Amino acid sequence: MTIAGGVLIALGVLLVLLAGIGLLRFPDVFTRANATTKATGLGVACILAGVAFVIGTTEATIKLSLAVLVQFATAPVAGHVIGRAAYRAGAPLWEGTHIDDLRGFHERPHEPEPG
Amino acid sequence: MTGVDIALGLLAVAFGLGLVRAIRGPTVADRALAADLSFYGIVAAIALLALRTGYEEFLDVVLIATLLGFLATVALGALIGRRGL
Repeated sequence: MTIAGGVLIALGVLLVLLAGIGLLRFPDVFTRANATTKATGLGVACILAGVAFVIGTTEATIKLSLAVLVQFATAPVAGHVIGRAAYRAGAPLWEGTHIDDLRGFHERPHEPEPG
Repeated sequence: MTGVDIALGLLAVAFGLGLVRAIRGPTVADRALAADLSFYGIVAAIALLALRTGYEEFLDVVLIATLLGFLATVALGALIGRRGL
């Protein structure tokens, strides 16, 4: 169980670290939201599940399982809300964006030209 | 230097990267995303601290933080919708 927990913790930390790098290097809000939401959903859930495996008591397992469930339910909501608000507020798209399915559906302050 | 220490260090690096993005911007949405990542990095670090110190009371903090943490980001999203970037 300890080995499984260690592997899960390592995976989760790796995801969070990669999301940090992506947050710094990606070109626009939407790609950054993509990177961040993976880490806050799956990465943090992996770390919490790993901690539950390593500690191993019933109480800790119940608490952390609840936390994992809540995390899977709420983290994507946060990412979605930010992405939607940014799009409607007119955040510029990356010049390499080819597909913009929402184009024309929202009044954007300044409609950016796709690359 | 155990594995948990290394994991905490890597989370600190991710927190620092998020902080750089929060300072640079350029939009409020970027800063909200950076705050989101930094917040959940700290939540994960608290869980790892429970493992490191053996105090399982920290897990209550983790549970409450995951329950309420996303509300800050949702509120920031609503604020962006109302006031613009």
